[in-house]
Amino acid sequence: MDFFILSLIKAAIIAFVLLTTLAYLQWIERKVIAHIQLRVGPYRVGPHGLLQPLADVVKLITKEGVVPSHVNKVFYLMAPFVAVTLALISIAVIPFGPEITVGPVTTWMQLTDLNIGILFVLAVSSIGVYGVALGGWASNNKYALLGGLRSSAQMISYELPLALAVASPLLLANTLSFREMVNYQSGYWLGFIPRWNVWPEILGFVVFLIAAFAETNRVPFDLPEAENELVAGFHVEYSSMKFAAFFMAEYANMVTVTAVATLLFLGGWQPPFPEPYSDFVPIVIFVAAGLVALYHGLHPARRMDKFTLPATGLIFLGIAAIFGLGFFIPVLKTILMALFWFCGKLGILLFLFIWVRATLPRFRYDQLMRFAWTFLFPLSMVNLLITGLIVALSSK
Amino acid sequence: MTALIFFLFASIAVFCGISLVTQTHPIASALSLIGVMGSLAILYLQLGGEFIAAAQVIVYAGAIMVLFVFVIMLLNAGAEGTSLQMSNFAKYVGIFLLAAFLGLISFVIQAMLPKTEGVVFGAFQGGTALNIGRKLFTIYLLPFEVTSVLILIAILGAMVLARREI
Amino acid sequence: MPTSVPVSWYLILSAILFGLGVAGFIYRRNIITVFMSIELMLNAVNLTFITFSYTLKQVDGHIFSFFVMVVAAAEAAVGLAIILTVFKNRETLMIDDVSSMKY
Repeated sequence: MDFFILSLIKAAIIAFVLLTTLAYLQWIERKVIAHIQLRVGPYRVGPHGLLQPLADVVKLITKEGVVPSHVNKVFYLMAPFVAVTLALISIAVIPFGPEITVGPVTTWMQLTDLNIGILFVLAVSSIGVYGVALGGWASNNKYALLGGLRSSAQMISYELPLALAVASPLLLANTLSFREMVNYQSGYWLGFIPRWNVWPEILGFVVFLIAAFAETNRVPFDLPEAENELVAGFHVEYSSMKFAAFFMAEYANMVTVTAVATLLFLGGWQPPFPEPYSDFVPIVIFVAAGLVALYHGLHPARRMDKFTLPATGLIFLGIAAIFGLGFFIPVLKTILMALFWFCGKLGILLFLFIWVRATLPRFRYDQLMRFAWTFLFPLSMVNLLITGLIVALSSK
Repeated sequence: MTALIFFLFASIAVFCGISLVTQTHPIASALSLIGVMGSLAILYLQLGGEFIAAAQVIVYAGAIMVLFVFVIMLLNAGAEGTSLQMSNFAKYVGIFLLAAFLGLISFVIQAMLPKTEGVVFGAFQGGTALNIGRKLFTIYLLPFEVTSVLILIAILGAMVLARREI
Repeated sequence: MPTSVPVSWYLILSAILFGLGVAGFIYRRNIITVFMSIELMLNAVNLTFITFSYTLKQVDGHIFSFFVMVVAAAEAAVGLAIILTVFKNRETLMIDDVSSMKY
């Protein structure tokens, strides 16, 4: 019973945080792309567009849900449901931090640790192809069918380099569970270089990121769902909540693959330099950000910023104070530092995803498939062979 | 708890199996087969086969069935027409005979197996990837290499058969 | 009984699924559904392998099941390619209509 209630509490926390993150990830994406394109992005709904996700949710819920007449109703209604369920489920095996003791309870900052954690994530992403394929086929629309077939062919083609790129750190760490993988990456070479898997496996990391872009249907591999090439591809006939479900599934997939990349290659929640020095990094960053915001709040460029910039500065200083409070409460320090480093690395990779979306043009479909089968797949196989050779020779 | 999970997923598997056989549209049959594979993966987990459960979902439900779904979508296979030349009598007698045969088999299986212990979740801890890898690459190395060559032959055969004649 | 399930129930489930696969193989006219009934039979046999591996407390049943999966994958690839070729030449998917070698 104890375990059950604890799991229920952890599931509630993770679900709430994940759904809020997905909503605000869309805000971050629109703001970042806007600033790269020298405009402001969402600006009017709430200060600097912060309530824009709420407005979008209200809009999508209250829109009329049109079900076209000749669709296959069962599969049409099932496809977004399958897509969003599978996208949200793989967050269950992602560890956010080490073991913590809050009061009488000792638990890991992870919903559940499977022995086959990595295989679970791969399995869920394999089944996620059905959401797209069925959505495209059931819509009774040529463009949707083409988009759905192309998208699912792309996803299963890029699953191969993804799985082979995942297999190389597995060879190094000799385990399949995420917890052991992060524990393998603890410690430092020469006292200050972290033992992350990205240093020996830089090729695998690059292959994993490229395959992750294709798995989640992001630019430059988003031809199957491009608005201007294929009339939005497989989700052209979906409206209101069902479209929101596909949208949410895409962002949840993005969060999942970046979380897996962080855990497998970038050391999870481990700080990049040893413990006593790395505790000051979040405090320094937030204090600096708060001071910069306060300084610019003295002579703001726009009238609204006379209020928002000092408010932002004070919020950042408050967060720095919470991190400073962690020095007096050890369990708070563990939680906050683990979350800071994990979310920091996750944030950098997500910024990379958004940056690439704003910058690169998209591949044509045959270029995409040729790239997967003739370049990325042999490259990841060569990487696996070299890793296997090194592991076999060094463990004699 | 074990019995509850077994009954739930066994009934889902049987229901999806019956749906596979009786549905007219091939894509409904394909999705029923995916349902069977998913519930069988849960049953493998109960029997301690964690790696095989993951392999079932990744390989069978996630790759082979995607191939089936692709072919059904590409060929635009519509719902099967009712051009059955089979008489109703043969159909009903067939179903009855199938049920009788399965009942007989169940009775024989029940009687033959010793009633020592049941299946308890967690009683067999040997299904890990480590154990499978150890046996696969030492004792069963020859079948492993032979199946690798078999897959290579299958890839070449499929490419030759499905090639577009220019 | 409340906490453990007799092993024979797994075998009976496997027999039921195998019987359903045979019934589908014999009754159905669509070539793809016939092929899927074959896959159902292979899955039922996998369940039998893993059940016996549990009773004997050895992992060899899992390895046999793994090989069955691999062979099923190869067979699915070649079989679907054959189905595509048959459809290209005969323009039908009903096995009653492809019953003679001469077109």
